[in-house]
Amino acid sequence: MATSYEVNRQKEKVPMPELDPAERAKTFDEVARGYSEEDAMAEARRCIQCPNAPCVGGCPVGVPIPQFIAQVAEGDFARAYAIVKGANALPAICGRVCPQETQCEGVCTRGRNGEPVGIGRLERFVSDWALAHPEEAAVALGKMRDERAACGVVEVEPKDLAGKRVAVIGSGPASLTCAGELAKLGCGVTVFEALHKVGGVLTYGIPEFRLPKALVEREVAELGESGVSFETNALVGKLYDVDELLGERGFDAVFVGTGAGLPSYVGIEGEGLNGVMVANELLTRVNLMKAYEFPEYDTPVYAGKRCVVVGGGNVAMDAARTARRLGADVRVVYRRGREEMPARAEEIHHAEQEGVKFELLTNPVRVLGDDKGWVRGLECVRMELGAPDESGRRRPEAVAGSEFVIDVDMLVIAVGSKTNPLIAQSTSGLEMTSRNLIVADERTCATSKPGVFAGGDAVIGAATVILAMGAGKRAAAGIAEYLASKA
Amino acid sequence: MYPIERVEPLNAEVTRMVVRAPEIARKIRPGQFIMLRIDECGERIPLTMNECDPKAGTVTIVFQAVGATTMRLAQLKAGDALLDFAGPLGNPTELEGARRACVIGGGLGTAIAYPQAKWLYEHGCEVDVITGFRTKDLILLEDEINACSTRQIVMTDDGSNGNKGLVTQALQQRIDEGADYDLVLAVGPVIMMKFVAATTKPYGIKTLVSMNPLMIDGTGMCGGCRVKVGDEYLHACVDGPDFDGHLVDYDDAMRRGVMYRSFEGAAREAAEGRDCNGGTDGERKGA
Repeated sequence: MATSYEVNRQKEKVPMPELDPAERAKTFDEVARGYSEEDAMAEARRCIQCPNAPCVGGCPVGVPIPQFIAQVAEGDFARAYAIVKGANALPAICGRVCPQETQCEGVCTRGRNGEPVGIGRLERFVSDWALAHPEEAAVALGKMRDERAACGVVEVEPKDLAGKRVAVIGSGPASLTCAGELAKLGCGVTVFEALHKVGGVLTYGIPEFRLPKALVEREVAELGESGVSFETNALVGKLYDVDELLGERGFDAVFVGTGAGLPSYVGIEGEGLNGVMVANELLTRVNLMKAYEFPEYDTPVYAGKRCVVVGGGNVAMDAARTARRLGADVRVVYRRGREEMPARAEEIHHAEQEGVKFELLTNPVRVLGDDKGWVRGLECVRMELGAPDESGRRRPEAVAGSEFVIDVDMLVIAVGSKTNPLIAQSTSGLEMTSRNLIVADERTCATSKPGVFAGGDAVIGAATVILAMGAGKRAAAGIAEYLASKA
Repeated sequence: MYPIERVEPLNAEVTRMVVRAPEIARKIRPGQFIMLRIDECGERIPLTMNECDPKAGTVTIVFQAVGATTMRLAQLKAGDALLDFAGPLGNPTELEGARRACVIGGGLGTAIAYPQAKWLYEHGCEVDVITGFRTKDLILLEDEINACSTRQIVMTDDGSNGNKGLVTQALQQRIDEGADYDLVLAVGPVIMMKFVAATTKPYGIKTLVSMNPLMIDGTGMCGGCRVKVGDEYLHACVDGPDFDGHLVDYDDAMRRGVMYRSFEGAAREAAEGRDCNGGTDGERKGA
């Protein structure tokens, strides 16, 4: 594909403005501020519109990346948005929280010699632009619908599903994507959410300073306008069960997108002491319940002066940066080295800029308490990396005699999460793995139970937002196929 | 929104509230609880079901005004509505098979133990109910319990109803008199449940206690409600709230229960006079 503009030969991405680290560590305002129109056009012009477009293959929901970027480069932001939105129901969210370095940007041709094109930043820019210009965006979306085939948008094969009803359990990224895709086909979709707010991890997990909740609410509201209805305070497995939804409640199919929200512990002495919490508790209090605005909001959150966060993933970074904003001095304890940390490099960098310190190759051994049962110390041991284990990562081994104690009055455990067994326990004939994951077909997301589909963390274990969305999209196609075959 | 159909003070501190929630009323069983949130800036609090009426589509809760949220809750009237009311949560109490049971309620715990006593009584079980209060003005549900128990023993700390003593003294007396319980169920302050379990342990009587730790989501997601049972921590919201009374670490539970005490004063102060109507007015900060 030839470019209709002059390619910007700069090797680095156009920088995105950020709040000053010292200032932002005191507020929950969004850190990354987004591109201006000029910045976005300059960055878009770094795309060389290469004919094989590896970036599209790197995107789990198949956003037609070169096409939308060409429109940004030309300054037609409305059309760029319509192209993105055709493939991705939640672009403002994905542009912010996807690990682009291992997805679209990881395979960008420009990345072979310099930095890849800032695809995530551009996706974010066009969706933020659309939120600020709703009428122009709506017009462009309408036009796009008429000429969709012409611009190569990949989407669910069109089928007429009017009159069909699908129940979607959970309202995280997999479910929202699945619901949005099915609604486009004319299907009646009801989303059941156990909490009082929709969004799953987007709402209770990822902090405001990375993903403003107002934005999640707006993208969710757009789904509502497309015909998806939401029932909150509805814990499926207790209030209803899957068999009931398929039976007396009259749904033709069910999608299970219940995620992996059950906390894991380290399993060491003293984890029950006061001042020790799992990252999910800290993040739920702060994000869902707005405890950082206590007592304006009723939910309190305990924050100490000296906090340790155990773990090295994105949740650990979110917890560390949240504790920092609550006024704590924060240290991250992780048993492997920096290279092995599963968190995104950008998040580690942001945490470091905000003053979070790292104790790498360090493992907690025991939590120490005072005579009133409050945490006062964390005994740790230094680690070294030994031979690779079955996952291919070098196994950390304790260095004998290297024990030491960190003074703490707040300890946050962020060592992963497990799948909630409730759906499996309350549903007949649903095949599960030994780790409580639902067994589902990779292509169609069909489970062992006819009419029941599943995707996202409930199937693959704790992973990323965009992988969940990819699964939601495949499931919608699988459900459409199933419903059409039954008609 | 969940409309409030009836509000009725049971004594100076305790209020009974009937909430319209037809789907929950259809499913909820004795021992299960709901999480409620009054309005947009409210917190989520767990309250155990006191009665449900599937035909009328209502769930009744009973609560004591002890902090910011329950004080605000007590000011609501019939015709008002709760923003969020989620349930049924937790597991129903395992009552099947009991033939001679003793149900023990301490203070507000009486209202929570009532549906279990009623269920047992209606299923042909001989049911003694022992309740305990500080003083006679605080006695709860005496008539209701009379209607669904073989024997009711009401104790007061100050002896103002002529029956001075602790629930554990009454329990010990019944055991000494030869009451051959196959199930003891205790609901109330942690310290009371601890001593009930200590009373039954030497006799090997199966004892269930309904734990009441701090909760945030109530669906098993955050671990805030963990209770030490035997050698492990379990989550009261999904593994409980009932546990084997002889395995619970009550001292651990009491310690965890006061973790947020220092916040409660500030919350109460802020809650007074605050208008927080769920973001519909668009004026309140953060709405």
